[in-house]
Amino acid sequence: MENILEVKGLTMDFGGLRAVDSVDLYVKPKEIVALIGPNGAGKTTFFNCVTGIYTPTKGDILVSSNNGSAVRINGFKPNRVTERGLGRTFQNIRLFPNMTVLENVMIGKHCRLSAKIFGALFRDKKTRAEELKAAQECYTILEKLGLEKACDELASNLPYGDQRKLEIARALATEPKMLLLDEPAAGMNPQETVELTHLIRRIRDTEQIAILLIEHDMKLVMNLSERIYVMDHGQKIADGTPMEIRNNPEVIKAYLGEDIDA
Amino acid sequence: MAQEILKSLKAALWFMFLTFPIMVIKVNTVYKTIEWRWMNMIFIGVGIFVGSFIWRWLLNRKDRPVAKKDFVPVSTRVQAYLAENPMAKRALQGVLLAALLCFPIFMDAYQINIFTVALMYIVLGLGLNIVVGLAGLLDLGYVAFYAVGAYTYALLNTTFGLSFWLVLPIGGALAAIFGILLGFPVLRLRGDYLAIVTLGFGEIIRLVLENWNDFSHGPSGIAGIDKPDFFGLELNLNQMTDAIYYMMVAFTIITIFFVGRLQNSRIGRAWLALREDEIACQAMGVGRTRTKLMAFALGATWAGLMGVVFAAKTTFINPASFTFLESAIILSIVVLGGMGSIPGVILGALIMILLPEYMRSFSEYRMIVFGGAMVLMMVFRPQGLVSNFRRKYSFHGVDERLGG
Repeated sequence: MENILEVKGLTMDFGGLRAVDSVDLYVKPKEIVALIGPNGAGKTTFFNCVTGIYTPTKGDILVSSNNGSAVRINGFKPNRVTERGLGRTFQNIRLFPNMTVLENVMIGKHCRLSAKIFGALFRDKKTRAEELKAAQECYTILEKLGLEKACDELASNLPYGDQRKLEIARALATEPKMLLLDEPAAGMNPQETVELTHLIRRIRDTEQIAILLIEHDMKLVMNLSERIYVMDHGQKIADGTPMEIRNNPEVIKAYLGEDIDA
Repeated sequence: MAQEILKSLKAALWFMFLTFPIMVIKVNTVYKTIEWRWMNMIFIGVGIFVGSFIWRWLLNRKDRPVAKKDFVPVSTRVQAYLAENPMAKRALQGVLLAALLCFPIFMDAYQINIFTVALMYIVLGLGLNIVVGLAGLLDLGYVAFYAVGAYTYALLNTTFGLSFWLVLPIGGALAAIFGILLGFPVLRLRGDYLAIVTLGFGEIIRLVLENWNDFSHGPSGIAGIDKPDFFGLELNLNQMTDAIYYMMVAFTIITIFFVGRLQNSRIGRAWLALREDEIACQAMGVGRTRTKLMAFALGATWAGLMGVVFAAKTTFINPASFTFLESAIILSIVVLGGMGSIPGVILGALIMILLPEYMRSFSEYRMIVFGGAMVLMMVFRPQGLVSNFRRKYSFHGVDERLGG
């Protein structure tokens, strides 16, 4: 499979409500793709289906595995999805507030480590080496995002923008092939948003991973993404390059005349 | 200030009115007279006024933002100091150990017994701390695993004559299996719902033990259980007390050591993350099933081991030793001491077990003091006496720290 993620006809019903209605989407390696749409369009539900928090009613979610074949991950538990290489962040920050910044990132490393109960109790050489390596790798990730100074702070003591960055750091620690960012710029001021744009592009370039992001900040979306999917009322109404989306009458209608250049 | 006085005054008046019938009027049914004790009303009024005023003052002080920001609890400062000065830590550990080892030389059997019980509760508290403090799973039926351990030894010893040291691991393992059995159905539950199910589980175990006469001898319990055997030595009663005390000291140290390591391991981190945010934790690649079951199983193991020790120490057990009150006491130890904090749990166990013993003269008021203390704790220090202290990593000396 040449695409890193391929979603076909994804449908999610909550009782009588169809939150996501047969949506198709694909992401190629090292691509930055945005998923936009008005509030309540079903973007986050789509994310939750892909990352295993919900089990979709219908459709296929295919992820390319290491040997190139496609694996259908519908109904996988979230941790199994993460092991397959999809790391995500949350719209409303979901850090572990009473753990230190470094520990937060080390949780991301959890699924790549193998220490078992006896390793924990007797702390043999292998476990020690593994812990040390993990701690150092996580520290390196924090350095990349400029959070290394706060490494021993409790996550809840970080300023808002840094908490957002820490979420990305934690997702990076899962060693993903693709990063799913749910409104990474929510609540940020224009200056911070610009920094975030550079950060996301830098992550893609240095880590060589694909990025799928949900965002409302049109400037960020238009600057950053190579392709854009637009959802409204659970359905995909358009996809294409930023230029195509900008001029798509359907999209403009969905946003109720909102000036998408703003 | 004036407002505070007014509020306290109102509270005082209200209490004077409420307590009027019981504190002021005293009917003498023999002489058919009514005695009016107006002085009592004044006492209550003044008492409530002062009490309410102090209460308000404390609440205000607690909420004052300046105090909150700069305030670092003493316990945190001590822990930080000890973490930075390994020498001081070693010295403190040495002094404590020496005190524990010398204790039986100076004390009589009664004191040693009380201390042995306190040590047992420390271990139980540390075990429950894994489930409640670290993994954040409110378990109200913890005593069930304690019962499993105790009955394992009692039955295996009285029917098959198996020795204490042989049954010890069996009891722990059996309790762990029961922990997993309880864990499976409650995987999806959290908070109140989990508490109710675990409470039910604890009661089920107790009721089974109480009613299944052929198996557990019902409410009359099992008597004549062997004391532990120490290298085949013939010990008299006092020596046996000492020996069990030393065994418990060793047990406690081992438990502290292991729980400390668990806390700072990959699994311990996963427990903390699970406690903090279950969905985020799963999305970051931590398997919920495994992690939760591991917490239940490990917590239960310690209860099982202590159950075996308990049965061997008392030589008689019956279901009355494993009531909900016991679970509640162990849970209070964890909550009072500070969830997730090892020194906290130790302090909590000592307070909860030793204070009632040494304050026997106030035993009538035990429950009211206990309840009052819990309410005060929840209002003023909900995080417990000792706040949880997270390890810091330094990236110059990271090798030594992790090697410890």
